[in-house]
Amino acid sequence: MQLIKNGKFVADEWKHVADDEALPEGAVIVSLQRWQKEQNLLLSRGTPVGVQLKSGEEPSLIAEHLDRLALVALEFPVYRNGRAFSYARLLRERYDYKGEVRAVGAVLRDQFYFLVRCGFDALEVRDEITPEIFAESIGTFTHPYQTSTDGTEPVMSLRQRLAAQARKAG
Amino acid sequence: MAQHTRKGAQFQAVTANRLADGVVVYLTPENGWSESLQHAEVAEGKEAGEALLARGQQFFEPGNLVLDVYLFEVEKTDNGIRASSVRETIRQAGPTVRRDLGKQAELAGVHE
Amino acid sequence: MYRYDEFDHRLVTERVEQFRGQVARRLSGELSEDEFKPLRLMNGVYLQLHAYMLRIAVPYGTLSSRQLHKLADIARKYDKGYGHFTTRQNLQLNWPALKDIPALLDELASVEMHCIQTSGNCIRNVTSDHYAGAASDEVEDPRIISEIIRQWSTFHPEFSFLPRKFKIAVCATKNDRAAIKVHDIGIQILKNAAGEIGYEVWVGGGLGRTPIIGKKIGDFIRREDLLAYLEATLRVYNMQGRRDNAYKARIKILVHEIGTEEMKRLVEEEFAAVKARGALQLPDAEVERIKTYFAAPAFETLPDATPELDAAIAREPAFADWVKANVTAHRVPGYAIVNVSLKPIGKPPGDATSDQMDAVADIAEKYAFSEIRVAHEQNLCLAHVRKKDLYAVWQALSAADLATANVGLITDQIACPGLDYCNLANARSISVAERISERFADLKLQHEIGRLHINTSGCINACGHHHVGHIGILGVDKKGVEYYQVTLGGAADETATVGDIVGPAFTEAEIVDAVDTIVKTYLDIRKDGEIFLDTYRRVGVQPFKEKLYAAH
Repeated sequence: MQLIKNGKFVADEWKHVADDEALPEGAVIVSLQRWQKEQNLLLSRGTPVGVQLKSGEEPSLIAEHLDRLALVALEFPVYRNGRAFSYARLLRERYDYKGEVRAVGAVLRDQFYFLVRCGFDALEVRDEITPEIFAESIGTFTHPYQTSTDGTEPVMSLRQRLAAQARKAG
Repeated sequence: MAQHTRKGAQFQAVTANRLADGVVVYLTPENGWSESLQHAEVAEGKEAGEALLARGQQFFEPGNLVLDVYLFEVEKTDNGIRASSVRETIRQAGPTVRRDLGKQAELAGVHE
Repeated sequence: MYRYDEFDHRLVTERVEQFRGQVARRLSGELSEDEFKPLRLMNGVYLQLHAYMLRIAVPYGTLSSRQLHKLADIARKYDKGYGHFTTRQNLQLNWPALKDIPALLDELASVEMHCIQTSGNCIRNVTSDHYAGAASDEVEDPRIISEIIRQWSTFHPEFSFLPRKFKIAVCATKNDRAAIKVHDIGIQILKNAAGEIGYEVWVGGGLGRTPIIGKKIGDFIRREDLLAYLEATLRVYNMQGRRDNAYKARIKILVHEIGTEEMKRLVEEEFAAVKARGALQLPDAEVERIKTYFAAPAFETLPDATPELDAAIAREPAFADWVKANVTAHRVPGYAIVNVSLKPIGKPPGDATSDQMDAVADIAEKYAFSEIRVAHEQNLCLAHVRKKDLYAVWQALSAADLATANVGLITDQIACPGLDYCNLANARSISVAERISERFADLKLQHEIGRLHINTSGCINACGHHHVGHIGILGVDKKGVEYYQVTLGGAADETATVGDIVGPAFTEAEIVDAVDTIVKTYLDIRKDGEIFLDTYRRVGVQPFKEKLYAAH
């Protein structure tokens, strides 16, 4: 497993911790259930805390805690289960979350483009993924039709800009 | 994965679709894949059938030559090997509503 | 019609490049079939019984002559010289080789066509009325908003891995020719008292294993808010739709399980939040820009009375028959709408050869502003033909065997590909449709019977829309033998109804006689002016049940 953060392959500073595992030092990612049970303990350690949401656990469940969470991990149990695309957008656009939103689990390289567009800034990927593969996947489409979280200007407004420029020039 | 064979079928063969062009093919005794059912290896009995299927699946993964490998029931008749089910007869010969297409041009009377 | 600009072009060519890479990785073994399957599905590539099948998108059923000529060429070059028009206005090719598909897609891209999102768990082709722009009571051309929805839904980053497929249909007239009430989202375009455009939104309609008529959740969504409303609906579905069981994953199941009121509440909550952000507000400038592509063609000012047409009708009975069934009134005086029947007696419904596609494209170029429509009933349509050209059009269509005078009549059937082609099928459907059409071939009899829609599906997935046929036929498999179950009284229009099962299934040998019995029963008991559906709605299933199973 490798971690791509903001488009670069980096070492992972976070540790995934199972519900029955002792908490190691440093930044930890725990399940929603563990967060709900041990919230105070986790926050009292003074190191970053992240929560991992499973498919079916919507971001609204942790909305009020987001200012205390440095990371939210969203799980893809199978690549086909695209719930987390919506969860990521809600985190970014509804709750204005500025921390790390990480994709965890079974994602296909052909989903990287969509993941980034929905606001994931960190992806846990298989070992076969190289920087070239990642760059190719992200760069597949130059101009998207839709507005989305990644701030890329959608085709509609690009057209309007071009039309405005043409009018000015003409 | 499709299973179009009856429990307790006596004679079975293995079929698949070729990866590159999707054409229906049958596993032969020489471990080839023929477009003609007449060249297919026919397994008799359950164990032989399972062994045949296992051989065929090698060509899916890791072989990467064919897709959707499965066993289906056949009959040995005076006119050669025939598929038992309507579905496999159609796969063998082509659409019944376009007798000019598919392999049925070569196969006389396959759809009765 | 819509013309690609540099952005649309680039998107499609980039997609072809992407798929070319994916096909190469699959053929080399770098990608497994399990990894490749979702990718090829999103490019419309299926594996069927005999070969791959490629589904080409025809956005809201509109084609130019140039595009139809290219489809004819592609069918010749990469397939076996024919294609099948579907119940979602698309075109299917039944024999392409996977290794050829990237080149085929290049050729499609050269005429602004593609196979994007014609399969997979994503938003599919937005379908609409094949009379768009020609129907007299149209609020506005439904293809304008259909095109806007198409762009919004293409490669949507959030909605490309939905619980299941998602189908949207748009209608702008009281008479619903787009079957919006049996779609995941159905949109009815309205004008309010102040003359503003708005949309009625229906959700959760669908056929298949559990046929359900859609429920209205939006009464009047303003034009500038529609994309935000759709985004809200899709988001609710994406998050809450079931992921545990593929047979329970459509939005219709969600609506059924939580109830219409709760669905409406969830959507409105999300809608309010999306609206508040403002990002999806549809600018007037964009609507106006898209509108220009669907501006009316340069109609001549003509009188509606066309003596040369009347003379030809009086002179030639065959032409008169064709006008009676296949030609319908246009909103502009002196013009008519021509339905091109793809239902020749005894042949597969909805198929067209490459030569026939070329013929229609030529006729459209000469007589119909180079535009062709695909109807979800699996016919073609020339929406704007001068009445004085009808005779010439008929002659040209006749020469290509495209003038069967049966549109809307009993032999104008819908049938899915069925067991002759499809991996999912349990029984053959085309052969049943062929034999039914042969039984009722006599045109006088057909007119005596009047409007009667027979829809046949080869399996429970209902691609032949049998649930909403006046007579619906569903092929089933009983111990390896093909049987046919009959439903009666379905309707796909604004009076949308799911048909009633009439009783035990019929054998392949019995089914055509069964249809015959149903028709005879109708002819016996109907009142003046009643079509089959009217009679059925008056008397119910009992009289038909009795006659069908009397001998059993």
